[in-house]
Amino acid sequence: MEKRVKFKGLWLPILLVFPQFLITAIFFFYPAGQAIWQSLFIPDPFGLSMQWVGLGNFEFLLADRYYRASFFTTAVFSILVTVVSMGVALYLAVLADRLVKGSGTYRTLLIWPYAVAPAVAGVLWLFMFNTRVGVVTWYLGLLGYDWNHVLNEGEAMGLVVVASAWGRISYNFLFFLAGLQAIPRSVIEAAAIDGAHFWTRFRTIVFPLLSPTTFFLLVVNIIYSFFETFGVIHTITSGGPQQATTILVYKVYADGFVGQDLGSSAAQSVILLAIVSLLTVIQFKYIERRVHY
Amino acid sequence: MATLTLNNVKKSFGKTDVIHGISINVADGEFIVIVGPSGCGKSTLLRMVAGLETTTSGDIQIDGRRVNDQEPMDRDIAMVFQNYALYPHMSVFDNMAYGLKIARTPRAEIEERVAHAAKLLQLETYLQRKPRELSGGQRQRVAMGRAIVRKPSVFLFDEPLSNLDAKLRVQMRLEIKALQRELGVTALYVTHDQVEAMTMADRMVVMNGGIADQIGEPLEVYANPATEFVAGFIGSPPTNFLSAEILGQSGDAKIGVRPEHTRLSDSGSLKARAAYSEALGAETLVHLKCADGTQFTVRQDAASMIPQEGTEVGLDWDPANEMRFDSSGRRC
Repeated sequence: MEKRVKFKGLWLPILLVFPQFLITAIFFFYPAGQAIWQSLFIPDPFGLSMQWVGLGNFEFLLADRYYRASFFTTAVFSILVTVVSMGVALYLAVLADRLVKGSGTYRTLLIWPYAVAPAVAGVLWLFMFNTRVGVVTWYLGLLGYDWNHVLNEGEAMGLVVVASAWGRISYNFLFFLAGLQAIPRSVIEAAAIDGAHFWTRFRTIVFPLLSPTTFFLLVVNIIYSFFETFGVIHTITSGGPQQATTILVYKVYADGFVGQDLGSSAAQSVILLAIVSLLTVIQFKYIERRVHY
Repeated sequence: MATLTLNNVKKSFGKTDVIHGISINVADGEFIVIVGPSGCGKSTLLRMVAGLETTTSGDIQIDGRRVNDQEPMDRDIAMVFQNYALYPHMSVFDNMAYGLKIARTPRAEIEERVAHAAKLLQLETYLQRKPRELSGGQRQRVAMGRAIVRKPSVFLFDEPLSNLDAKLRVQMRLEIKALQRELGVTALYVTHDQVEAMTMADRMVVMNGGIADQIGEPLEVYANPATEFVAGFIGSPPTNFLSAEILGQSGDAKIGVRPEHTRLSDSGSLKARAAYSEALGAETLVHLKCADGTQFTVRQDAASMIPQEGTEVGLDWDPANEMRFDSSGRRC
């Protein structure tokens, strides 16, 4: 059943949509437009004048070895963050779904990390893995492992992935749990009577019925890993060592605000915008076909 | 094909007892209907047989082997759920073939068995459709088909018709019964609808508050209800109950008389005032009120006289049709 509200005039609907439109215009359309505009110029070192370079910034970027490396880093980082955060969340949700007693407590506790801001989460993990005073580093040292994410590129990547995925698990867990609880119990029971053991039931019944949730989370998590992980990377590695954790959004910041190359930074954010739009379109166009609603 | 035996089966949730010890022997190929009001434990009992609920004490035996501790899949049963519980993302064919695929049945045999069931249920043209593209009656058939293809020893039905409209319910009732006869499979069928119980059952179990009040053939239960509850629950409109007092008798017994056994006559010893009547076409139900406020219903043929509202009439019946119940509700 669909409830539709019909407005008589034109003014009320416009008035109701206006605040949202205003916010989107000021905080999205205006800066995005500015970025596109700035990407066509190179400002002088003092920011007093701008020189028209057309697509020069883009040409320079695409020829840049470091920029291309950042693409690869971003791909690795996003895939790892998405897979880790969704995989762990799904595992926890399946366990919590099976609980009869105390599921409320588990749910609450598992949701808490979501309330931690990415930068704070970053600092938290940084302290635990600090190369001199970190608790985990110390225990790893006892086990004979010399942890140093400041020097080791793989360890640095691992740490930012874990720190980024951690806060995200809560969010994904919530959605997966809701999705699992929306599956009628009798369908699972019917499968049990049909002879399917737990893993078979999960593979053939639960996971396909969960696919709308999974698809939604996939889109949201990839976008998250592209943008909102900035705080984590900034606090833990600042993009290092040797730019091993410089994902695209961090490079926008590093080149623009640290390197003061505003033209290149603007061009990078335009490319980033295009990539995310493209990814989302691809996801909706191709993956959604395989989703059972 | 198998026998099913329940031996003093009990179920408690924590400290609450919901099934207080039920015993029944179901013969091979027999159609047993468990009937009772909501909350009487009939669905719980069925789910215990299916293995979806644990059994607190007592034995459940299928073909002589104790199945209490077996998983549902090992009990050789099939179940049809109230909401059908079809797999929404699979076609009708895949829904029916699911159990066979898991059992690693050869492809050719799966196709043969599904085709056979589809033919039996007139679903041949719908095999490639998804459940959401089917009507309620068709979904119901798919749920039955899923049970049939597995060739189980025992069929379990959990209120399978309650989501269908009245007309379809009557039709599916006949179809299920005919199908069960044709397959010769033992069946346990749960319903709250006494008409379904009367029409489908070889024997019925009337449950009330976790106790089987009476087990017997439908007409036997109808003619000789063991308790006041059974007399009131089986039959529509229900049995009229009168206190012994109003009939000028001593004791605290209750007298039950079925509406069709009562006559309206001026000579009747019991007087009542006609409150309202429901004309159903072939018959009319006359509702009356006795002096002490007891409600009384009489079934009259369409041809007979229907008293005006408010007029006083006499009620009369053959004493042989009287059913007496003691204060605990038992027949005496």
